[in-house]
Amino acid sequence: MITVEKLSLTLGKTPILRDVSFSVNAGEYISLIGPNGAGKTTLLRCLLGMYREHSGNISLNEKSLTGYAYRDLALAISYVPQTHDVEFPLSVYDFVMMGRYPHLKPLTPPSLKDIEAVEHAIETTGTGEFRDRTLRTLSGGERQKVYIAAALAQAASLILLDEPAAFLDYHHQADIMRLLKKINTEHGATVFAVNHDLNSAARWSDRLIAIKNGSVAFDGPPADLFAPEKLETLFETRFRFIEEPEHNLPLVVPDE
Amino acid sequence: MNKAAPILLLLVAAAFAALTLLPLFGITNIFSDSAGTDILWQIRVPRVLTAFIAGAALALCGMAFQALFRNPLATPFTLGVSGGAALGATLWLRFGLTATWFGVAGTSLAGFIGALGAVMLVYGLTRLQKGFSTSTLLLAGIAINLFFSSLILLIQYFSDPGETFRIVRWLMGGFFLIGFRVPLTLLPFVLAGTVLLALLVREMNMLLTGEELAGARGLHVERTKKLLFLSASLMTGSVVAFCGPIGFVGLMVPHICRLLVGADHRKLMPASLLFGGTFLALCDTLARTAVAPVEMPVGIVTALLGGPFFIWLLFSRGKI
Repeated sequence: MITVEKLSLTLGKTPILRDVSFSVNAGEYISLIGPNGAGKTTLLRCLLGMYREHSGNISLNEKSLTGYAYRDLALAISYVPQTHDVEFPLSVYDFVMMGRYPHLKPLTPPSLKDIEAVEHAIETTGTGEFRDRTLRTLSGGERQKVYIAAALAQAASLILLDEPAAFLDYHHQADIMRLLKKINTEHGATVFAVNHDLNSAARWSDRLIAIKNGSVAFDGPPADLFAPEKLETLFETRFRFIEEPEHNLPLVVPDE
Repeated sequence: MNKAAPILLLLVAAAFAALTLLPLFGITNIFSDSAGTDILWQIRVPRVLTAFIAGAALALCGMAFQALFRNPLATPFTLGVSGGAALGATLWLRFGLTATWFGVAGTSLAGFIGALGAVMLVYGLTRLQKGFSTSTLLLAGIAINLFFSSLILLIQYFSDPGETFRIVRWLMGGFFLIGFRVPLTLLPFVLAGTVLLALLVREMNMLLTGEELAGARGLHVERTKKLLFLSASLMTGSVVAFCGPIGFVGLMVPHICRLLVGADHRKLMPASLLFGGTFLALCDTLARTAVAPVEMPVGIVTALLGGPFFIWLLFSRGKI
């Protein structure tokens, strides 16, 4: 679906990404991990077509990303950003409907199909009870679900998420991760999410891609990364492994 | 969200009442002699009409700039547009020029050129960097406005008292006009800007959610920002040129309307248009009747009402 070849990006004079190559296949659930400042968010933005002055090539369905119009790109890729600062009183329903923007015809009200897509997204994410409330009155966990609902309404086959469970309590973290898995397995969407929590990334996704200093440091199934020396090199921290009988992977905790 | 419909209807009624009743205020002899009728049709009606058009335009510009910058404090004033207009008009008055073109006072034309010059300056500065960030544009606008203000002070300092008075008087803003020339010249600019903004209501909503997300949803962010910037500047420029810099309407009206109908521009835009027009027409009527027979400039009234009201709003709502 997406192929990234020798992607390098320098912003100002700082090289952010160096020679990044990987591909994303339809239906996968990939977590992007790595230390702070490794270039994860920048990589997401490249996949969204926001930085176009990079070297190397990103292609979506065998066509270079630079050849896509914004609208066509939005039909294929949706995005859930990390920060949600909506200063203005917008209702949940209106916000989710905005996800339909690439489908809407100019100056024409949303069609029945758009309304159905929004209803479906609200139902899937369980956000119906606060559909008429404004975004600002919601808690962090509720707001995150609304953002995911909007991405779902966009009906793109690939969803990019930037730390979807950050700043949430344990209950809401699990809620969001379950929701993403459901979207991946039941709706067939490809999920590509930045995740800082190694254990949750390993538990929920099929594949991990680790970025360090702007380069791909690991790409493969979670079990392959869960070796003490590999994690230590990646995060420059010692980890302890705790056996977890319920899952086939141990839990890792920083040993400091 | 259904509460928006009755509010919009109420605003339509208020606007209609303002346009029909306000011209009659303070005239006792309308129907008894021809002087009364002349005052009504040559002075009052055009004045109320101009105030309505200007108020609606300033409110819409404030709304557009606030969506553009995702900042509830952005107004034509924070962006240097009205500062540029004021500088243009000041220069004109300083050099004692008196020409008119097609019945349009030279002051207005100079103001309009000043406003467009400021827009091009702010815009040009931001073009130096690739793409423009919201904070860059806002800060550039503030810096340019301050720079223009000090230039105006400098010109005043070196003017004789008569010129200084005329400049200060112009800077207070107001509607002193006879006949329909001014409202009819103003109308096409305001109408063009309003139509352009009306075509962009969905896009303005998208910008409220952040440029990154709006872009990811397929919005051509740069092009939308350019169109909003240019249409709002054109409207502000023409209004400031004809009526002087009238403050607070562009800041206050969209705020109040957002509290009434929410931030969705499909409702916010008609609400701001009607509320802005009615509000400024009312303020102007107050300005000419409160201390009659002396008329106050409307800019003083909007600021006197607007300042305290706005602070009250900020503290009573916590956050708007």
